[in-house]
Amino acid sequence: MSLFRNIVLTAVVAGLLSGLLLTVMQSLSTVPLILQAEVFENAAPGAGHSHSHEAVPSAGAAAPSHEHHHEGAWTPADGLERFLYTAAANMLSGIGFALVFVAVCEAMGGLNNWRSGLLFGIAGFVAVVLAPGLGLPPELPGMPAAELGPRQVWWIATAACTAVSLGLLAYSHSAVLAVLAILLLIAPHLVGAPLPPSHETAVPMDLEARFVNAVFATNLVFWAVLGTLAALVRAKFRSGEEAAANAAPGLVSR
Amino acid sequence: MVTNSAASAVSISASKIIPLSMTALLGLFIVGFVGFSHLEVVHNAAHDTRHSLAFPCH
Repeated sequence: MSLFRNIVLTAVVAGLLSGLLLTVMQSLSTVPLILQAEVFENAAPGAGHSHSHEAVPSAGAAAPSHEHHHEGAWTPADGLERFLYTAAANMLSGIGFALVFVAVCEAMGGLNNWRSGLLFGIAGFVAVVLAPGLGLPPELPGMPAAELGPRQVWWIATAACTAVSLGLLAYSHSAVLAVLAILLLIAPHLVGAPLPPSHETAVPMDLEARFVNAVFATNLVFWAVLGTLAALVRAKFRSGEEAAANAAPGLVSR
Repeated sequence: MVTNSAASAVSISASKIIPLSMTALLGLFIVGFVGFSHLEVVHNAAHDTRHSLAFPCH
């Protein structure tokens, strides 16, 4: 039980802090771009979405017609409320990622120092952000996209395949497993991510390009900090584990 | 003694499986809720996070 308590504490601390840092970085980079894109998205309802173009004159007058803010569903008010919900979602995501991250690292016997934490963190970035982002680039509101369900399936499958592949490459000594790892690495991209039927959009391409850069940069820093912090915090939370591990043989030898 | 410590080493790594998988499942549940839930309210609350983490959105 002490192991569970210690790694959950580690993940909560590392996740909260890196989520906080992520919120600061996003406020300076990605969120302003999202807000700019929403102006274009709202100015041209129908572009890139399934709304019919005949509906534009009437829908354009009645403001929030874009697909992801459905009428009736609660949405945080722009400004402070929206920022606070984003911050909370970032920290929750940070804790969630950190829980999985620390559990995987422990299973691999890692997180012994900040350097291993940093390397694991960069591997996390590759598996969770870079590999899925190659097929499904970070998208601004108003960007055309395929059906949500298949994209989520592809995203999860790609992240899982990449994580397993990196683990095999780093920890197996067999050539067969190395070949399997490389196949797992490229298979999702051979299958291909679900593509939208049309790439037409009202969002300017330079806005999207800046957004893609900002997402990859902020997430790289987020994962590097998450990994390093998790390793540093993990070193503080080890109480009870050695005692539990040594208790059984100690009793036997007496 | 040698066999004893070898046996306990194996049992320790086996005893790690449950806490580690519980931790990982908890994390997957949280990420799934924040990033992948189809609930409209959750989507709207976490909207900017989903876009900024390159989760599939809309």
